[in-house]
Amino acid sequence: MNMGPDTASSNLSWLLKMAWRDGKASGRRLFLFMASIILGIAAVVSIQSFSDNLQQNIVLQSKALMGADFIIDSNQLPNETVQSIIDSLGGALGQEVNFVSMASFPQKNGTKLVQVRGIEGGYPLYGAFETSPEDAAVHYQENRGALVDATLMLQFGLKVGDSVKIGKVVFKIAGRLLSAPGSTALSSTVAPAIIVPYRYIDATGLLQIGSRQEYNYYFKASPGMDLDELDKRLDPLLDAEGADLDTHTSTSRRLGRRYSNVGKFLNLVAFIALLLGCVGIASSVHIYIKEKLRAVAVLKCLGATRKQTFTIYLLQIAGMGLAGGIIGTTGGLVLQLLFPRILAEFLPFDVQLTFSAVPVVLGLLLGVFMSVLFALLPLMGTWYVSPLEVLRVQEHAPRRSRRANIMIMGSILLFIFLFSLWLLQRWQYALAFVVAILVTFAILAGIAALFMKAIRKYFPESWSFTARQSLLNLFRPNNQTMTLMLAIGVGTFLISTLYFTKDILLAKATLEDSSGTPNLMLLDVQTEQRDSVAKRITPKGLPIIDNIPIVTMRIQDIKGRPVNDIRLDTTSTVNQWILNHEFRVTYRDSLISSETLISGEWMPKMTAGGAVPVSWADNVANDAQVAVGDTISFNVQGVLMKTVVASIRNVDWGRMQLNFSMVFPTGVLESAPQFHVLTTKTPNAKVSAQLQRELVGAFPNVSIIDLRQLLSLIEGILDKISWVINFMAFFSILTGIIVLIGAVRTSKYQRIKESVLLRTLGAKNAQIMRITALEYLYLGVLGSLFGILLSLLSSLLLALLVFETTFTPSWIPFLVLLPGITLLVLAIGLGNSRGVLNSPPLEILRKEAR
Amino acid sequence: MANILNVHQLKKTYQSGSKTLTVLEDISFSVSGGDTFAIVGPSGSGKTTLLGLCAGLDQADWGSVELCGVPLSDLNEDQRALLRNKEVGFIFQDFQLLPTLTALENVSVPLELQGAKNARQSALALLVKVGLSDRSHHYPSQLSGGEQQRVALARAFSNRPSILFADEPTGNLDQETGDKVVQLLFDLNQEAGTTLVIVTHDMELAKKTRHILRLKGGRILANETMISS
Repeated sequence: MNMGPDTASSNLSWLLKMAWRDGKASGRRLFLFMASIILGIAAVVSIQSFSDNLQQNIVLQSKALMGADFIIDSNQLPNETVQSIIDSLGGALGQEVNFVSMASFPQKNGTKLVQVRGIEGGYPLYGAFETSPEDAAVHYQENRGALVDATLMLQFGLKVGDSVKIGKVVFKIAGRLLSAPGSTALSSTVAPAIIVPYRYIDATGLLQIGSRQEYNYYFKASPGMDLDELDKRLDPLLDAEGADLDTHTSTSRRLGRRYSNVGKFLNLVAFIALLLGCVGIASSVHIYIKEKLRAVAVLKCLGATRKQTFTIYLLQIAGMGLAGGIIGTTGGLVLQLLFPRILAEFLPFDVQLTFSAVPVVLGLLLGVFMSVLFALLPLMGTWYVSPLEVLRVQEHAPRRSRRANIMIMGSILLFIFLFSLWLLQRWQYALAFVVAILVTFAILAGIAALFMKAIRKYFPESWSFTARQSLLNLFRPNNQTMTLMLAIGVGTFLISTLYFTKDILLAKATLEDSSGTPNLMLLDVQTEQRDSVAKRITPKGLPIIDNIPIVTMRIQDIKGRPVNDIRLDTTSTVNQWILNHEFRVTYRDSLISSETLISGEWMPKMTAGGAVPVSWADNVANDAQVAVGDTISFNVQGVLMKTVVASIRNVDWGRMQLNFSMVFPTGVLESAPQFHVLTTKTPNAKVSAQLQRELVGAFPNVSIIDLRQLLSLIEGILDKISWVINFMAFFSILTGIIVLIGAVRTSKYQRIKESVLLRTLGAKNAQIMRITALEYLYLGVLGSLFGILLSLLSSLLLALLVFETTFTPSWIPFLVLLPGITLLVLAIGLGNSRGVLNSPPLEILRKEAR
Repeated sequence: MANILNVHQLKKTYQSGSKTLTVLEDISFSVSGGDTFAIVGPSGSGKTTLLGLCAGLDQADWGSVELCGVPLSDLNEDQRALLRNKEVGFIFQDFQLLPTLTALENVSVPLELQGAKNARQSALALLVKVGLSDRSHHYPSQLSGGEQQRVALARAFSNRPSILFADEPTGNLDQETGDKVVQLLFDLNQEAGTTLVIVTHDMELAKKTRHILRLKGGRILANETMISS
């Protein structure tokens, strides 16, 4: 039969009109759907937009970040070859030597480990030192001036004009250093910078054997100079001499990658919030469409086709997604204004925020696409509803197409995978993320399903009426148990995992409180100073716990191949750093607590002639591609020494103690030029500070690391990092709460009908209240408990597989999160049911039916 | 006048657990264009099922239905929907207005589905006819039962149907309101010259039609023609 052209179906404007009319009357419910994705989109857009801005800023400010067009850096003064390369480039316009040392402040009687930067010439060639007073950046070079990190000055109560003693030289503080090109607040926290004129560095007497210094030579590119070509041409030549060339473009690319990785990680956390919102949408649309099926049947009865009725609700959901996308995107753009503040400590420059189109398009597309994708499954219900529903409620739900269901589920998974792939760039990571999401969601959903099944099977008939009724509510038709479990569980899981991870990281860094564990480390002690230093410590009743000799050396050849050959061999898999690194090794006759022998034999003493048996750390051996029995020649400050890998050790680098890549046996290096690390344990901060003052006064070249201070620094840094992650996780929690409110409100009509019925049958308000409270109590306890238990499992896996440490869970999540989140769920549940209790039944039914 | 509805040896069964229930069996009758027709019978006699099959809302297991000259078995669900939109009007016991649409919007939907340009004006004119012009912007929940059924009447006539199916149109109304609605139904029907098929167990209402089909246990008990209506 030819029915002629269907003008209505092609009339999109009518479909839009119908979607609008129906949506207008269902406004409150649709707003909650929309709210579910707003925060997720805001989080994704804000991170994406800020990352874009950051990348643009890095490119724009790359010269100012480096302070030059390119630099040549080396750990030693340039040899003839390096100097000739520098000269061939027209000579450096600025030069710097920097190293870590102790500074003392005579007026304040204090000492502090600082980064000393000796600067000469026009550095920074781009950008500037930001100082107070402003002209200090120019005048510090005169009259033996110093620019001192502003926070450090605040800590010690220093004023401009005070003195700072570095090594044997006393400098006059010319100004506060507010910022320097390329440095972050975080790096200044570890070792705050003091800038002094280069010409006084020799006089400080700090550049001795074992001192770890870096020389930088700053250049401006001549017009038309191809920096990438320069890098390609000179870098291998410089590498061979233990120097390196960095251009502002390569540095900005590296920096860009680093921040982009952080951005991607934060984006994943934001994406979880969005996914959680989408689960909320799917669940709410399921109930929403279920209530609309009668209207769909009427429309079909009046002559609307399946496609038309489906499209009406599809347009509604897409419209809601678009509105959510617009609000979320706007929110995200506003939110990104907060990021420069939140991330201030991690950024080496001020970020200028500009409008970026990609995140806006992304936000809008995500809003529409994810809403539609996650609503498709429940929306398919409109396709299968029969117009006969108008005459009688169908006894059996119409059979849905299995193929359509599989295709929709497949599309959802594919989308999550592709979006993760876009963020993470590696399919293995994206796949792992999708699997992790699936496993987490599946476990929580499985627990909800099992719980409901268990209640049915072992229903506690003997319980009171209210307790039984509240349990029944958990598996009544249209129940929201699964959605609420997911929302509560995922939210709790995220916060709890973050908490445990921070715990794991801190536990690794914690100092053991035993008498044998040092808390003060004295570095760069010269051999001739060793006894004098010890004499300053022991008379105070403090022990010398370790006296570790350190000898510096470089690798000359590996398995007979000179390192220069390996450098030029493009097929070599030996890690480049091995070839260029100046190793600091020690010698001793036994393993220490952070070491475990994996293979070979531990050789305590050099007994016979021939190759020296050396023990390698496993990760370093891996990078150097060497195994037990391989021969390696070292250049020990000019003397070649043939060695053999005698054993491979596993080293726990996370321990707060001195660990070494290579350990020589005793009887070999004793007469080599060396310096020492002494450790001691001070009973308190006061004794520690006094000892440090004395030692710095007497031995200016000795650097002292106070492990207690270092620990609190690490704790501070972890706090800052976890604050940023918590900030993003907060969106998941908030989304969880909105999904929760959405789920509660969506099932409100159902609940009201039951409550009205119960009230009509004589139930008191208090009883209805108790039923509702108990229902949310079950959900709150169950969701948060399993969220925490799941986070215990994931944290255990993180501890074992990523951090390679043991995991001792803290009770805090159980004591704080569990009751906290349960109370929150209870408050939301009861808050939304309040109206049901306060008004007459008929009034509520009339109002809600609209 | 030519038959607008031909029903031939219709059979309908439902599956209830492992049992097969025969709801209708061997049903054959015809309705002429412009005629009025009532299907009566006790609860469970298959009246509503028969109406659903005649209007193309459901499909028979056996037999055929020809509506407006078109065999329904030849059409898929969407084609049947288009046929309903062109040729059929409905009135239901529980009104079945779309709760999220105003009275005016409810009446204009069938016209809008046809792509009619003056849907709003036509719908308003019909609301005037049923005496609800002042309630056009009210939602169903803001109207009384009688008012809702009058809106449903206006909607049923809005697409100028060839045939109108009414399922217990007064079932949810009190006597007085029901009488008024019935009067309005017959007046509008006469004015439009539409074929009217009413399913009811109210014999008073059935007697207002020219033909009465009596059902019992899913079979035709009698097919009577009234002398005067």
